[in-house]
Parts: sequence; C-alpha cells; structure tokens
Amino acid sequence: MSQDNIVEFNHVQKSYDGETLVVKDLNLHVARGEFLTLLGPSGSGKTTVLMMLAGFEVPTHGEILLNGTPINAVPPHKRGIGMVFQNYALFPHMTVAENLRFPLDVRKISRADAEKKVQRALDMVRLGQFGNRRPGQLSGGQQQRVAVARALVFDPDLVLMDEPLGALDKNLREEMQLEIKHIHEQLGVSVVYVTHDQSEALTMSNRIAVFDDGVIQQLAAPDMLYEEPDNAFVAYFIGENNRLHGIVKQVNGKSCEVELENNGGTVKALPVNVAGEGQRTTLSLRPERVEVNPTNGIDNSFDARVEELIYLGDHIRTRVRVCGNDEFVIKIPNAHGHARINRGDTVKVGWALQDCRALDA
Amino acid sequence: MAQADITQDTGADGRLDKLTTADGTPLKVSIRRAMRRNKLIAFGLTAPLLFFIVFSFLMPIFDMASRSVENHQIPEAMPRTVAVLEGWNGQEVPGEAAFEALALDIQEGQRTRTIGRAATRLNYQEAGMRSLIMGSARRADQLEPPYKQALLEVDDDWGDLDVWRLIKRESGYYTASYYLNAIDLTYSDTGEIVAQPEYRQIYVMLFVRTLWMSALITGLALLLGFPVAHLLATLPARHANLLMILVLLPFWTSLLVRTTTWIVVLQTEGVLNDMMVWLGVISDDGRLQMIYNQIGTIVAMTQILLPFMILPLYSVMKGISPSYMRAAKSLGARPPVAFWRVYVPQTIPGMGAGGILVFILAIGYYITPALVGGQSGQLISNYIAYHMQQSLNWGLAAAIGTILLAGVLLLYATYNRIVGIDNMKLG
Amino acid sequence: MKLRKATLLAAGSALALGVSAGAASAETLTIVSWGGAYTMSQQKAYHEPYMEMNPDVNIVNVDKSANGLAGIRAQVQAGNVTWDIVDMLEGPAMTACAEGIVEPLPADEILAEAPDGTPPSEDFVQLRECFVPSIVYATLFAYNKEAFPSGDYPSTVQDVWNMDAYPGKRGLQKIPAGNMEWALVADGVPMDEVYEVLDTDEGVARAFAKLGELKDEAVWWSEGAQPPQLLADQEVSIATGYNGRFFNAQVMEDQPFELIWHGQYFELDGWVVPKGKLTDRVKDYLNFATDTQRLADQAKYISYGPARASSAELVSTHAEAGIDMKPHMPTSPENFQNPIPKNAEWWADNGDAMAARFNAWLAR
Repeated sequence: MSQDNIVEFNHVQKSYDGETLVVKDLNLHVARGEFLTLLGPSGSGKTTVLMMLAGFEVPTHGEILLNGTPINAVPPHKRGIGMVFQNYALFPHMTVAENLRFPLDVRKISRADAEKKVQRALDMVRLGQFGNRRPGQLSGGQQQRVAVARALVFDPDLVLMDEPLGALDKNLREEMQLEIKHIHEQLGVSVVYVTHDQSEALTMSNRIAVFDDGVIQQLAAPDMLYEEPDNAFVAYFIGENNRLHGIVKQVNGKSCEVELENNGGTVKALPVNVAGEGQRTTLSLRPERVEVNPTNGIDNSFDARVEELIYLGDHIRTRVRVCGNDEFVIKIPNAHGHARINRGDTVKVGWALQDCRALDA
Repeated sequence: MAQADITQDTGADGRLDKLTTADGTPLKVSIRRAMRRNKLIAFGLTAPLLFFIVFSFLMPIFDMASRSVENHQIPEAMPRTVAVLEGWNGQEVPGEAAFEALALDIQEGQRTRTIGRAATRLNYQEAGMRSLIMGSARRADQLEPPYKQALLEVDDDWGDLDVWRLIKRESGYYTASYYLNAIDLTYSDTGEIVAQPEYRQIYVMLFVRTLWMSALITGLALLLGFPVAHLLATLPARHANLLMILVLLPFWTSLLVRTTTWIVVLQTEGVLNDMMVWLGVISDDGRLQMIYNQIGTIVAMTQILLPFMILPLYSVMKGISPSYMRAAKSLGARPPVAFWRVYVPQTIPGMGAGGILVFILAIGYYITPALVGGQSGQLISNYIAYHMQQSLNWGLAAAIGTILLAGVLLLYATYNRIVGIDNMKLG
Repeated sequence: MKLRKATLLAAGSALALGVSAGAASAETLTIVSWGGAYTMSQQKAYHEPYMEMNPDVNIVNVDKSANGLAGIRAQVQAGNVTWDIVDMLEGPAMTACAEGIVEPLPADEILAEAPDGTPPSEDFVQLRECFVPSIVYATLFAYNKEAFPSGDYPSTVQDVWNMDAYPGKRGLQKIPAGNMEWALVADGVPMDEVYEVLDTDEGVARAFAKLGELKDEAVWWSEGAQPPQLLADQEVSIATGYNGRFFNAQVMEDQPFELIWHGQYFELDGWVVPKGKLTDRVKDYLNFATDTQRLADQAKYISYGPARASSAELVSTHAEAGIDMKPHMPTSPENFQNPIPKNAEWWADNGDAMAARFNAWLAR
C-alpha cells in the first residue's frame, strides 16, 4: 500500500440485481494530486464506480480504501469527499453563498472563517459578486462554477465530478474544461472525473481509465491511449480510426502480416494484441497517419479510389475505397503543397508499420 | 380602420409600415386583423366557462353578500312609518302622526300580505315584534282615528319607546345588525353597539374554534401526509401505484360512508373501544368518548382531507431530484440534517398548497362535524347551514358566510404576502 | 334586485326540472311531505284512493317538509312555484301565512262537512287562516323497561328529572321547544301556566337552569328515528320522541318501551298551499284528503290522532298489526289527561331568540 495513492479499489465488484455484474473485479489506484478520468459509454459502469467511491452505493464485493483506510462502512457524509453532480444539485432555496456555506455550517466552522472561505471559493471561480443570487438566477456556466466552488470550499483532498459539463453548450464546455483543469493544478486536489466525452477526457486528465462492460479496458495517460491503444475498443472509442479486419498470417517479433478480408490484400502491422497466427485481428490506423502519394519504401502502399472530399478548414477529410473497405478515412492537412486530389481519382496511399496496430478481433 | 390610410407611406428612413401584403393591405394591418381573429376565437372558446363562472359562482356570492346587509322589508312594508320617523327625535313615544302612518302601513300591509315580512324581520332583532305587528294586523280593519289610542288598545306595547327606536333603527334599506349579530354584538335599547348577553354569545367562540380546529386538522394532515407523500415519491413505480390507489380510495367513497365508518370505529361500543377493552388498556366502564365531540370531528376530517395534503406534496416531492440529498450528504451533512435543511425546504410549495387547501376546505366543512361532532365539535359552517335551513334567518347566515369568505381571502392574501402564491404547486 | 331575481329564478327552474320530470301526460299534483312511514300513511289513506277516483291525476311525493318554509320562500320569491301542496307544522305555517307566501284557505268553502253536518270550522281541532290540520302528534317521554330492573317506572315529567330514582342518560331533542316547557313543569309550574312563565326573562332563565340539571346526562338527537334506537341500545334510559315512532318500535318491533303520556307535548301538522297554487284541483284534493273518513283511515297506518273531532269514533285497527289504535292515539281521553299544547304563536315570536340562546347554552 503506497501513501501516494489517495484511493484504491481492490477487487471491487458491484451487482444491483444479483445476476449481472455492473463492475467486474475492479482494481484501480488514484494517485494523490492526480486528475483521473473514468471514460466510457453509458452503462459501462463508470458512474457506479464513482457512486461507490462517494458512498451512495455499496460494493457487492471487494474493498475501497481512502487514504489507506477502508471506507466500505463509512457513510457518505463522513468521507469528506467533495462532489460535483451532473445537474449541479445546487440547493434552489439557498443563495449561492448559503450553498457554499452549507458544508462549512455542518462542520461547525465559525461564522467568520466560513465567510472568508466562501468568498475565497467564489473569487476562485470568478463569481465574487454573485453570493446573494439564487442558483435559478444564474446561467448554466455560472451554476457549474458554483457547484465546483461548493465541492471545494471545505478543502477536501478528493473531488468527484459526475459528468459536470454535460448540460453546457460546446463553447462553454471547452472553456469550463480549461477552468477546471486550472483549478485542479492550482489547488493540487485529487480529482476523479466521469465523462463519456473523449475529448473532454483527453483535455483534462493526467490518466484516463477507459471503461466498457464493467471492466477497465485501458488505464493510461491521454497520449498513450491515443497513440497506443491496447485493444480495438479503446482504439475505437478514443479519437477517430480506420478499422480493417483480417487474419494474422505471420508474426515475426515486432511485425506481422495480416491478410485482409474481402481480398483486401496483405498489410504489415505492429502486433499489439493478437492471439497468434491464423487468428482474426482488427487493424487500427489513425486517419492522420495515412499518407497520400507516399515516399517509396513505406511499409504499406495501396491504390485507393477517392469517394468523397469534405473541406473542414484545417484539414480535408477524404473518404476513399481501399483494401476492400470504402469507409476508409484520410485526413489531409491543409498545408502548403498538400496533395490536390479530386473525387473519382485513383491515388496511392500508404502508412508505416508502427502506425498500424494489430489488435484483438 | 385608420391605419388603412398609411399604406403608401414612403418614409425615407425605410420604415417597415410601408410593407404590404400581396393584395396591397399594409402588413401591420393584416397581422393585426389575423391576431384579432385569433383573440376572438380564443375568447369564444373560453366564453362558456366565463359565463358559467359569472352566473353560477360570482353572482350567487354577490347575492349572498348583499343579503347580509339588505333590509328592504321595513322600508317597503312600512314606507309611511319610516318617512314619519325620519324626523323623530327618539326621546319619547312619537305622536299621532307616527301612529297614523303605522296604522295605514299595517292596514295596507295586511291587504297586500307584506307586513308579515317586516314582522319576521323585526322579530330577529327583538322577540315579540312579530306578534305585536301581526296581532295588530289581524285587527287592522278595526283601526280608526285617533290611531294612537286605537293601536294602544290593540296592544299597549306600541307605547314602548324601544319598539319605536327599533323600527327607526331598522328603517333603512341596509342594516348592520346581521353582522353585529354574527360577531355576538347587538344594539342596546338606546342604539349603542354592545355585546350580546353572555347567554347568547356563540359565534365568536365558533369562529375561534373553527380556526383552531382547522389549523389542527391541517397540522395533523401534514404530519400524517408528509411521510406518505415521501414514500409515494420515492418508492418504485409498481409499489407507488398501489399506494396511490390506497390514498385515492377514500376519494371514490361517498363522504357519508366514510364518516359513518368512523362512527362504527370510534363510538363507545365501537371497534376501537372494544379492542382496547379486550387488550385491557381500558376497563369496560372506562370506555373512551371519542366521537360526538371534538375528537370525532378532528379524526374524521383529518382522514377525509388527507388526500388534499398528500397529492400536492407528492407532486412537489416527485420533482425533487434525489441528487439534492446526495449532494447534501457529500457535503458532510448527516442524513437528518440533509433532510431537514435541504429536502424539507424544497417541499414548502407543496406544504403551502396542501396546507391552504386543507385549511380552506376544513373551515367550510359541515357534513362531517354535523354527523360526528356532537356539540363541542360543531363548526361555524354548521350554524350557517342551521340558519339557512332551520331558523331561516338568511341574512344572518349570509353575514356569517361573508365573514368566513373574507377570512379566507385575508388568509390567502397573507399567504401570498409571506410565501408567494406563485410558490404554490398543486400538481 | 334584478340580480336577486335572476339567481333565484335559476335555482327555482332547476328545482322545477328535477320535480316535473316524473310525469308527462297526466295532471300532476306535487305534494311535499315528511317522507318515510308518514308519507306512506298519506299515500295509503289519501293519495291512492284519490288517484283511483281521478285516473287523470298523478300525485308525486317530495320529501322536503323538513325545509318546507325555506322551499316555499325560495320558490315564491323566484316566481316559480312547483309545489302544489305542502305538509307542515302549525308554527311555520303561520309564519308563511304572515309573509303572504301561502294561500288563505277559507275552510267552510273548501273543506268537507262532518257526516252529521257539522261545518269544518267547528269540527277541526284548530284551523288557521292558511292552514288545515290533518293530524295531532305528540312529542313525549318514553322509557325502556329493561333500564329499570326494579320495576319502579317513571310516570311523570318530574320523574324524568329525578336522576336518583331513575338513573341513566336522557335522550333529548336538540331544539328548545318542548324541553323548556317540560323543564318548567318539572320545576313545579302548572301546565297551563307554562307560557305565562316563559313570557318573562326570569321564566326563561328558570327553564334553562332546570334543563341544566340534565345537561350532563343528555344525549341530543335530531332525527325522529334516533330516540327509539337510543332506547333499544340502552344508550339512554328515557328519551323524548314522537309518539308514532315509539308506537312503531313498541308494537311492530316488540320493544319493551312504555310511553309517559303525562306532559305529552302535542302539535298540529297539516296542509298549506303555496301562493298561486289554489286551483280547483288542489281544492278538490284538500276536500277529499281532509274529510272525516280519510283522517280516520290514516290512523290505520300510523299512530297520530286525526285532527277532526268527527274522525275519532271512526279510528279502527292497525292495517297490519290488527290491534285497536284508539289507545295509542294522543287524542284518546285516557292519554289526553295532562297535555301541553304547543303554543305555536309564542314559538313563532320567540323561536329565533330561544334557539340562539339554546345553541349558545349547548355550545358552552
């Protein structure tokens, strides 16, 4: 047990109905000061994990440690964990200042100290003048900031956030992502953050745990997740990627050959997660790693027919038919001297072996 | 349509009102026309309800309120007497002129059979006035000048100064006596407003009793209804529906059945007493009197009015997200503190709506108190009904009813001032 | 004023719709009475034979006599009278007459002579200007014999106040009329001086004081069906009630009740005709329904005394029980020894004041 971990999940399971496990044998450590995101589609078990940590759900099996102490039997109000809820859960009958004072009042903190802390927390989220408003009189973004301030005002070591930005529009969401990230960096609290939005996860997190079907599929830093997904689900869930299905013909150390279905030809790939020769595999290839008119000597090179071009400003999204797959996407950066192609053209496309990861089927 | 003239306005500033529709009508006019038609249709749709409310609700209320001050019987049946008494000083029994007017009024009133109404009206103020007037009316054809002597021969009460003062006092088209009566006041013989003799004081006590019993019933309904509403709002739908049916069941049972069921349960030889005797809680001689008194009224009315508390509370609680309680707990509040400081305040609109509903229904209830209230459990409405149906003193019934109505409106206004009526949620 | 007319008119026509829906083709007589056994006795003794003689007439019974005066007032004021004949007590009938909302009934013109030729004005117990009495009924004390196992039974009004000798609760009607008279009698006032005493403030106070002696033991009733029930359940040992109801319990249901005819408080009940309704048909019906034989016939079905002297000899046996009805009539000589006739005049004057005082007295 390391003192550096603020939270540890040890073999935690959860089932609501006694038949299906929503969380299966979860082992997860959250380092002190870390911003950890639980990312996954709805129903993947990420929110259940958060609720068990907050104390609103009880694990069916296993143990949760907070600061090294088991907390399975500790009720939520004694855990001292700050929490930001999906719809903020600001108390509508109290003013903003009263909302912030609430956790201080129940901790019997003196009036004067409480006032100071409340003001500091409001200033932190740039709402210093809004103490006397009711939550209903604030905009969505302001309410969000109040919720964050309320979760932090009593100086918890750990703050949980359950899809806190889900109700905001895109611009505001991006703005808030940065603001929360900065608050985290400034205060050094540990944050466990739940979202289904991968770009949000990539923006804010130190590490991301990708959930699917009650299991962590991969736990890694954002760049690692993107660049080196362990399996097809992660590759699919994080960022955009081209998927090619085939059968492993041959594995030689750091490379393998995969014969694609539909007579798509043979591709050289990096064997990351393959079961062995003769087994099915999914190849994952990021659209921006595909070159048009590649230099000679590239590992893979095919003829592609251009099906569709979409101009997106910073890049041109190009859908081509290649290797028996007509959903193959290439991002051509809108840089000087980029390839000029037209719909219906046949062009050469190619990619390096390291960028083409052979994953589970 | 004056605006039709400005169709060709070609202001250099390019104002919008030069815009026209295809047939050349200014756009503004055309829009206004379309709007007016919509408004007319909307009004046409609501008109039947409006008419219904005005005709069947507002007019009767106005009618009732006006009855509480109306006093047309005297000036209509005794116009001559009223005219003569106008100039009377009220210090001693009036002279022949007043007696002559009175005799002529009685003679005509006897012919047209209107004098009886005046007699009944005056008898409300002073017992005996009816027989004084009707006795004289029966011998109206024997009355001849000098009338003073003739009338005094018929009944020497006509020589009583107070009789004349009473007629003069009640000679206007409007009177305050019903209202005075309704708050246990009356006129003394000399015309001052004084308290009723103690043995006739009843209404103030009844108003007070109605208010405190209604408040108690409201409180009890809140106390009993709150947990039920909470359960309803938090149970899974399957169980909640069953519970909801149980809550609504009394609604589908006749009020009389519900009330008489309480008689069966609460009476001295009833189920509850039998059970307590059987369990040895009380002796057979010490059976408790739980009905035909205030307890009976309070118990039966609380049960009957309970759904009116539960339903608004339920609808408000249903809208309170469970995340508020979770938030409060995560912020460090023990569950009771979270409940009290975060959940309960958010149910105030429901408590307000339920409370005001139950309270207003309670102060107007009369069937249940009449059946199970005995003497001590009667409310003011029972006396309104009594004066409407038994004593037939409609003016007094109207006065009591109007005071009650004013009280309810006052309460409503106070509630609005303190809590805000838009803060009330019925469903 | 206009407003008043309109609303009352609406109320009146709503009433009319409800009532007249019953019969369409035949001529309809709407007769308002008390309902229950009493209306049944009228149906058997008056309505059925009358409809047999006049097949084109249909009689509709409306059980609204309890609010008879209020109903007539409302209908007459609205100018939409739907009731043809109303059965009511003498007191309210006199009030209605004074207010001009019922028709004067010249008895000798309308009503039938006695078989021996005695004119109605001399044959009826008490005719009023607008009121023809049909029965005499008594409110009186009765007791359950089982409540007094010693065999010593109360027999006078004074005995009712004697709680030591005759313990148990007392069932009393929740109105001042009757109770005040009995209280004075129990306090030693001779029966024929009761109203003289009541005419003074001291007399009223005296009556309430005496009534106060029973207050703690009183169970107050308001419906005629209650006192026999209270006696049968032994919730009370002595109760006041209508003699017809007690007769029913005694004879038809075999209850061990006895009536205390001493101080029986009797009252007249009969017919009035709302204003504008004195048609030939109504006159014809009244002539028939109040003749000597019909009044005697009614006693076959209910034990109320006919209000005509000439009917007394014709009273026979009960239609179902087959017993002689004469001993059960309030007007039979042995029962009529110490009656208190209700002074309708006095109550018309003082009823409101007494009721107000009685209610206040009860409520405190």
